[in-house]
Amino acid sequence: MPSSRPSSLPAEPGPAPAIAATDPPVVAWSDAPVVASSVGAPVRHVGRWYAGGAVVAVGAILVGVMVGPAGPTWWRVPLALLDHLPNVSIDSGVSATEWTILWQVRMPRVLLGAIVGAMLAVAGASYQGVFRNPLVDPYLLGAAAGAGLGATVVFTVMRSATQHWPVDPAPTMAFLVALVTVFVTYLVGAAFGGDRTGVTLVLAGVAVSALVTAVQTFLLQRNVEVVREVYSWILGRLSTARWHDVRMVLPYVVVACVVLLAHRRHLDLFRVGEDEAATLGAPVARVRLVVVVAATFGTAAVVAVSGLIGFVGIVVPHVLRLVAGSSYRQLLPLSLMFGAAFLVLADIPGRILMDPAETPIGVVTAFLGAPFFLIVLRARSR
Amino acid sequence: MALKPTIAGVLAGLTLLAAACGDDDDNSSATTEVSGTGTAASAAGVTPPDTASADTGADGSASTVPGGEVPQRIVSLSPTGTEMLFAIGAGDQVVAVDDQSDYPAEAAAVMTDLSGYTPNVEAIAGYEPDLVVVSSAGELQAQLETLGIDVWVGESAATFDAAYTQIEQLGAVTGHVGEAAELVGQMQTDIEAIIRSMPAMDAPLSVFHELDDTGYSASSATFIGQVYSALGLRNIADAAEDISGYPQLNAETIIAANPDLIFLADTTCCNQSLETVAARDGWDAIAAVANGNVFAMDDDVASRWGPRVVDYMQQVRDAVEQALVPAG
Repeated sequence: MPSSRPSSLPAEPGPAPAIAATDPPVVAWSDAPVVASSVGAPVRHVGRWYAGGAVVAVGAILVGVMVGPAGPTWWRVPLALLDHLPNVSIDSGVSATEWTILWQVRMPRVLLGAIVGAMLAVAGASYQGVFRNPLVDPYLLGAAAGAGLGATVVFTVMRSATQHWPVDPAPTMAFLVALVTVFVTYLVGAAFGGDRTGVTLVLAGVAVSALVTAVQTFLLQRNVEVVREVYSWILGRLSTARWHDVRMVLPYVVVACVVLLAHRRHLDLFRVGEDEAATLGAPVARVRLVVVVAATFGTAAVVAVSGLIGFVGIVVPHVLRLVAGSSYRQLLPLSLMFGAAFLVLADIPGRILMDPAETPIGVVTAFLGAPFFLIVLRARSR
Repeated sequence: MALKPTIAGVLAGLTLLAAACGDDDDNSSATTEVSGTGTAASAAGVTPPDTASADTGADGSASTVPGGEVPQRIVSLSPTGTEMLFAIGAGDQVVAVDDQSDYPAEAAAVMTDLSGYTPNVEAIAGYEPDLVVVSSAGELQAQLETLGIDVWVGESAATFDAAYTQIEQLGAVTGHVGEAAELVGQMQTDIEAIIRSMPAMDAPLSVFHELDDTGYSASSATFIGQVYSALGLRNIADAAEDISGYPQLNAETIIAANPDLIFLADTTCCNQSLETVAARDGWDAIAAVANGNVFAMDDDVASRWGPRVVDYMQQVRDAVEQALVPAG
């Protein structure tokens, strides 16, 4: 099984729990020893973790491309890929149809999975950092509800109006409404928040999401004939991934990830509390705004092309915190690599489990992710 | 009391089935198996027919509709039920149909904003119906019967026979037994004629029935799948073991299966066409796309089990003929 790959990584990584004595009580939730180590020295074996993450991500993509319900035999896939490199000619024994399946259907799906997984994990870790709350996921501020409403609007009341748009209306509207929703959440949270803006934002996200979802449900009830279409749009976009989706989403994800990674040191300061971060010289309000905007842009973009894929944004960062340490300096790059690997691997059962039918990716991520998370949790608590 | 009619229904269905199989020659085995499950399934929810005694509509043994009075104020919350009612001449007795009942044109005069999906008992009762036609049993049926309103349930049929049975039942409960029998006879004759007129195929052409643009399809275990299997076509969705009959096929599998024909039942819902299908990455490798044998169908006809299945079948037959010409 490909999921056994992480076991080749250092078994006992990260900071030793021995320095737990320096535990500052202000920290709301994270295991404190790493606060000390992150503000000071970085986690040990960082180089090994990065190398391991890169190997796992590339390996997962390779495995993902090799496995599928149709197409060439798995071991011919690398040969076929090499054969299509310029100036390389190998007799891979792959027929034209098999190459079409491999390159036009499977490759964009695997790459889109990697991009979406990386973005969701990085966005999830960033949100968790900026709100100092372990239960925050990338969809919490309203990106998911907004995207759902945007798509629903296209399929219902704006059907004829959007028919001749030069761009694909559903993802575009999903993206825009997701942004607007999070913007509203932010306005509400900032206006009512006072000195507890972080918590207020999370609560505002819950309220705004509920409101937006209510509107979406109402629209669906008025247009029952599109219920199927809307739900399959919201839940199942990875299975219809095309190169067009990859090209469309990649710029947003690259920009969002670069911005988030650039702020990872500030997120480490947030971990001791907003007030404390401010006294340490962090521009708290500005960092929060930039991180939220970047994470939201990235999340809205991937939701628009892939639908809602739960669990990645929560499980991947938390598992990495448990095994590799909680400093955001390492956590964000590692989330990027392992998030990509996780979603690519989680998509494989979706393709072959019920062959030739599909199993929804969200089912697989939760079904595999939840027990895996618990196992890691138990292993670390011993 | 509740069990007996069900058994009677299954028996009646099996009798019909046996009769149907007798004159079915080339694809009898496939039809038999699917029909069997379909009849049993529909008999559970449908008021069973009593074909022997269904002469005056007074088959009180089976129906929740008592014998005697012919309903004069029918509310239909089932688009298929609406099509059947109008086709057997009961349209004049219909006072309201739900917001999805858009066929036939005469139904528009009584179309309301009642919903078959989220039915409101008060709104339905407001039309003072003496019969409500629905496509799924449930709370609604019990609530309406509490109000003394008769309910006829015609659940989604999986076979032609189950659809015929529903038409005959509707004829019985609305006082149009003769017209219903005539309609069923006409449908059977037409379908047999279409099957007989099928062009000869060296090997069965393969078909992909598209329900949306994410790979959802319909296997031979569904009503629409019956159309393809009755015409001797091979349905690529049958490879998926899906109890619902509506599996979501992987795009790789669809391309590898290389169907000769693609029928788009997502032209209205999802704006799909030969152009949009051909524009999908890798789909130009499929024979149906390469040869232009992608056919836009009417979503509604494809998703209902009413009399218009005959027209649908004719379209499929013509599509097969068109697909065979350039090849042969």
